[in-house]
Amino acid sequence: MTWLDTLKTGLAAVRSHRLRSGLTVLGIMIGIAAVILTVGLGQGAEGQVTSQIDALGTNLLTVSPGSTTSSSGVRGGFGSASTLTQGDATALESRSVAPDIKAVAPVEGESEEVTDSVNSDNWTTTVDGTTVAWEQVKDRSVSEGRFLDHQDITDHADVAVLGVDTASELFSGADPVGQTVTVNGVPLTVIGVLKSVGSGSSSSSSSDQDDEVVVPISTATDQLFGTPTLNSILIQASSRSRLSAAYQEADDELLALHHITTPTDADFTITSQQSLVSTATSVDQTLTILLGGVAGISLLVGGIGVMNIMLVSVTERIREIGLRKALGATPGLIRQQFLFEASVLGLAGGACGALLAVIGTVALPGIIGYPISLSATASIGALAIAVAIGIVFGVYPASRAARLAPIDALRSE
Amino acid sequence: MADELPVIELDHVTKLYRTGAISVAALRGISLVIDSGEYVSIVGPSGSGKSTLMHILGCLDVPSGGRYWLAGEDVAGLNEAQLASVRNRRIGFVFQQFNLLPSLSAWRNVEVPLAYAGVARAERKERAMTALERVGMADRVDHRPNELSGGQQQRVAIARALVSEPDMILADEPTGALDSRSAADVIALMHGLHQAGRTLVVITHDADVAAEAERTIHIRDGLLTQDVHETEAVR
Repeated sequence: MTWLDTLKTGLAAVRSHRLRSGLTVLGIMIGIAAVILTVGLGQGAEGQVTSQIDALGTNLLTVSPGSTTSSSGVRGGFGSASTLTQGDATALESRSVAPDIKAVAPVEGESEEVTDSVNSDNWTTTVDGTTVAWEQVKDRSVSEGRFLDHQDITDHADVAVLGVDTASELFSGADPVGQTVTVNGVPLTVIGVLKSVGSGSSSSSSSDQDDEVVVPISTATDQLFGTPTLNSILIQASSRSRLSAAYQEADDELLALHHITTPTDADFTITSQQSLVSTATSVDQTLTILLGGVAGISLLVGGIGVMNIMLVSVTERIREIGLRKALGATPGLIRQQFLFEASVLGLAGGACGALLAVIGTVALPGIIGYPISLSATASIGALAIAVAIGIVFGVYPASRAARLAPIDALRSE
Repeated sequence: MADELPVIELDHVTKLYRTGAISVAALRGISLVIDSGEYVSIVGPSGSGKSTLMHILGCLDVPSGGRYWLAGEDVAGLNEAQLASVRNRRIGFVFQQFNLLPSLSAWRNVEVPLAYAGVARAERKERAMTALERVGMADRVDHRPNELSGGQQQRVAIARALVSEPDMILADEPTGALDSRSAADVIALMHGLHQAGRTLVVITHDADVAAEAERTIHIRDGLLTQDVHETEAVR
């Protein structure tokens, strides 16, 4: 009995019960497709989060005012202290102090009502006072007009750059460059519009990158808000690999400037995009594991289906088994035969499941609005699992078939 | 086949069936020698133990006591896999219900024992075709069992029993499921095989089949009661 004979016999047996085999395959198929899609969904979400965070700026560190501890011992939340100054930002710009820091952008921002001069539309958005470096640090550029320049900063110029969504809210399609917007009673000339970063699922992110107004920091401090403290200092490291070095340099310099000796008492916090990425990624991974677990259970149910059908098949084919034994089939060959049939069911289910998953990967994102990435590893792994399930759940029925005594088998009508 | 060793030699073979505390003796000591080329029928009322004897002769079951040599090979102590090999090489089975595999064509059914014997594919097909020709089924080789009449199915089954050139053909009620015309065909076919020097052992109720054999063994209550050779036969 060659392998080819076993293969032919197995395929013939699977084919002779099309409906039953089909239903068994369906069970495995759903399980496999669920596993592949879940993994794909998880990876897609991870990729989306990573690219969203990358869109916030590359090699970016954010210094936020740290928590204060009042005399009563009550600690405020992050950002409740106003400990960052323009001086801190200037100090960090020094190449000798921080050689791994490429650019620094202090940001002083508030939510303000913005009014346009054309038809007096109101729009409440974030107004950020910052420097020229902001454009580079946040990896942004303008689609129309120009960004702030050094002259604007020194002149305390009454100018503003609008986010693309802000521009369309205020000017609804008309060219905003050269127009005037009013913030806190101060008229500002629009000099440019920022290029969209396309934060597609903006509803999920707390701040829309395309909805903001950028003004010179000097103008913001003197005329708009009147407070000399900063909301944050954005730092761009010279490269991704220098990010931790830049972090260390900024940390040391700020501790020294603020006369703090024990780092745990720091009145500021430095966060990297990396830490955001890893937090978001770990959330996604937890979800993937959870969903994957559910998918795995459906796969297990599919496997039990295979076992069930194989047991039925053994019972139904007792005569055939007896005959084959009478004609010279050894118990080993009979076992091999049934194991092969079970793995054919598993493989067929796995292949159909992978196909369904490919279709799902193409069709589903349009419906659910989340990207799904098809992972080759997950697909091949799932196929292997499907075959393994066929074999594992085929072992018991197969050994039952192998153990049947030929006379008992032949006698049964 | 001028072999001096007998095809079958049973020495005080017993078979006990144990059901819970009760054990039933199906065979109570049967000694028997069947030589090569003999045509033997085994007859007896139901419950006589003739089916059990057939199972033991066919190596489908092992005796509880006594010795059994099949073509000189002691088969009493063999394990399942070894018995499978003995059945494959030495015995060709013909069953009352034909027992053809429904999903396979006639010649595919006939080649099954050769596949288990490890014969190469090309040779298998050739030998299967020869065997089918021998039983007069050369024009039906590609038919499935459900496309054949009972008599035709039984002839395919006989071809399957012949194909591996076994030491004996063991038939269990070969005409039991056939109409009288088909039965006569099968009886004639077996007669031809005997003429060609085959060893045939037939377990039967059918007096016509038994009469055809040159030797009839009667079994009753697990014992051999009569061993009649054709020359001494009354009818």
